[in-house]
Amino acid sequence: MSSTATAVKVRPFDVDIPEEALDDLRRRIAATQWPERETVPDDSQGVPLAVMQKLARHWATEYDWRKCEAELNALPQFITEIDGLDIHFVHVRSQHEDALPLVVNHGWPGSIIEQLKIIDRLTDPTAHGASADDAFHLVIPSMPGYGFSGKPTGTGWGPERMGRAWAELMKRLGYSQYVAQGGDWGAFVVDQMGLQAPEGLLAIHTNMPATVPADVDRASLAGEPPPAGLSAEERRAYEELIRTYGQVEYAHMMAARPQTLYGIADSPVGLAAWLLDHNDADAQPAAAVAEALDRTESETGDLTRDEVLDNITLYWLTNTGVSASRLYWEYKGGFFNAKGVSIPVAVTVFPSEQYQAPRSWAERAYPNLIYFNEVDRGGHFAAWEQPELFSDELRNAFRSLRT
Amino acid sequence: MSVTTTEATGSTEIRPFQVDIPAEALDDLRGRIAATRLPEAETVSDATQGVQLATMQALVRYWGTGYDFGRLEARLNALPQFITEIDGLDIHFIHVPSRHENALPMIITHGWPGSVIEMLNVVGPLSDPTAHGGSAEDAFHLVIPSMPGYGFSGRPSDTGWDPDHIARAWAVLMDRLGYTHFVAQGGDWGAIVTDRMGAQAPPGLLGLHSNMPGAVPPDIFKTVAAGEPAPSGLSPEETRAYEQLSFLYTKGIGYATEMALRPQTLYGLADSPVALAAWMLDHDAKSYEDISRGFVEEQPVGNLTRDEILDNITLTWLTNTGVSSGRLYWESNLGFFDVKGVTVPAAVSVFPRELYQAPRSWTEQAYPNLIYFNEVDAGNHFAAWGQPELFTSEVRAGFRSLREGRSS
Repeated sequence: MSSTATAVKVRPFDVDIPEEALDDLRRRIAATQWPERETVPDDSQGVPLAVMQKLARHWATEYDWRKCEAELNALPQFITEIDGLDIHFVHVRSQHEDALPLVVNHGWPGSIIEQLKIIDRLTDPTAHGASADDAFHLVIPSMPGYGFSGKPTGTGWGPERMGRAWAELMKRLGYSQYVAQGGDWGAFVVDQMGLQAPEGLLAIHTNMPATVPADVDRASLAGEPPPAGLSAEERRAYEELIRTYGQVEYAHMMAARPQTLYGIADSPVGLAAWLLDHNDADAQPAAAVAEALDRTESETGDLTRDEVLDNITLYWLTNTGVSASRLYWEYKGGFFNAKGVSIPVAVTVFPSEQYQAPRSWAERAYPNLIYFNEVDRGGHFAAWEQPELFSDELRNAFRSLRT
Repeated sequence: MSVTTTEATGSTEIRPFQVDIPAEALDDLRGRIAATRLPEAETVSDATQGVQLATMQALVRYWGTGYDFGRLEARLNALPQFITEIDGLDIHFIHVPSRHENALPMIITHGWPGSVIEMLNVVGPLSDPTAHGGSAEDAFHLVIPSMPGYGFSGRPSDTGWDPDHIARAWAVLMDRLGYTHFVAQGGDWGAIVTDRMGAQAPPGLLGLHSNMPGAVPPDIFKTVAAGEPAPSGLSPEETRAYEQLSFLYTKGIGYATEMALRPQTLYGLADSPVALAAWMLDHDAKSYEDISRGFVEEQPVGNLTRDEILDNITLTWLTNTGVSSGRLYWESNLGFFDVKGVTVPAAVSVFPRELYQAPRSWTEQAYPNLIYFNEVDAGNHFAAWGQPELFTSEVRAGFRSLREGRSS
């Protein structure tokens, strides 16, 4: 896909999955050899057999990838080579010329599929009850090793390098001033962008803020009692961190041995279960995702079963289960510890996120905090779960930068 | 093919068992191997990201086109196998009484990612020593069970089959076979089960031998599991052991943590032969290095040949026990290497490429009745499997003192 002669060229891209790939996927799902069911009546041993069997039945017989493909191809997509790697991205300019350019970064086990419902809301606010003054020009890249971006063949593509790549991408697209947003790995990347403070980056918004003070971070990782003197809110956050660290075995596995996960390349249900088993504050698998598996449609943008399958199917069709996992191996830094970002930062705290960042920590972690809000619904997959609320948050968060 | 666990009958009957793999199961496996979809290569030039693509490509090629699928059934059916129900679960075992009547009865427990396949090459030497360079006085009556959820044993449909439960079941099994005095041996999970037998000390258990001793003192175990630096005052051997454990706990047990918390999520182990094979190859760095060499360079280390490795993986595939065997990690809340409270006489062999090399000092504290301690010069985590001759001589030597003074 790459062409060194036209390295800075931005090429239009359309998704075109061969029918044989879809046939092969359906055939594999239909031929799934299942394990016995779990020996407990709940999900404490992993994704329950009944959940997987029900999902697989729908995936093999009714689910239609072509709908997702059409939705993607209705958006302007491009590929451009940055730092030796093809980067795929969605680029939707607002009709409002003065719109604020925004690069939105997805996470794991996600993809640009997480962001599809916010595109129209953010680029065309007047069609969604908001004002033209709140419009964004949107850039939504696929991280290296994810979706239709290239798979790195060497080491080094961690959040720091991605942060630099996104700055190059925005520059290449002609944006001299812009903002950046992210959750999950996307939050790591935008924190790194905040540290790098490239020319033109006005501010970042994060829905998974890294705010934990050093002493609390150390104690929570060691599973020790909380340091003295925490407020009630901070204590709750501490307990949420402890709970989260007991639910990140998948992260440890991918950080240590991503290449051993051959099943997520060879088995659709192996991949699906692996991607589903990411926790949120309410459950593992994330309650919001588990509930979505029973939701066939939504008028209001709630997460549905087919959206969950769109994301999983994208991983399957691009065979990016292992390459996406490798990001955990690449990263050697801390999870939620304050990173020292000094540029303007906006934070939204969603109640079902891994931990609810207390305002006190957010103010210390981000000394230039321009916005902080705790909302009443939504979790780890904020843009995917609550596109309306998420869009409102981004409008509010960045408003002060426009005046 | 899978083992169906029938309703508990409460029967103590011992039924003869023969492996009989349907041709369709082998056809299906071959079809899946041929249709394997691999990921891209790791982005490093070593094994630090996991099982390397070249290893899996070599394994898939040999498994699909070179491996003799008849071997597994033939090897197992050459031995007397039985199934008996214990605590509501079918337990499969190999039972080879020695022709030497005064032989010492011994129950050997395999580990993960193992099975009875690990022990097949020690059956002859241990039960028939005179045919293998030993003396009649070193003979054992051998009992080699498949742990619950492994191989041809039943897969538990309920919780509770932890190492303590398995240990109690083994005492029932030996009693049911009529052995009033016996010894026990194990490595990996087998070592933990054997240690717990040594702590339970059922009537008749004379002693145990471990090739993965639980010897780490409690304070040391706590520091190493927390990722802290070695405490002061350790001897050179203890420092080496501490560093080996420290590596394990920070880098080496991602798979164990995954199975301890989310075994059911590993659907790929049931659905994908290559997923199962890679997961089983990635037990620890040194055994992986040895096994990988067998596939990539076709230079097996010791007895860890491609065929041996694939016998074990094929058995796990055909019995669909990838997830059920992993569930033992979920069941157990025991530390892997800490002291288990063994009171019976214990013999320990330290293999040089084991996960950690237990220092004699720690071993003497952990096993107050230590009757044998020896550091050998070859072998990794899979001691019986990789070094059957050396393992045999260790087990003979380990238990020799227990035979003296026993009237024949």
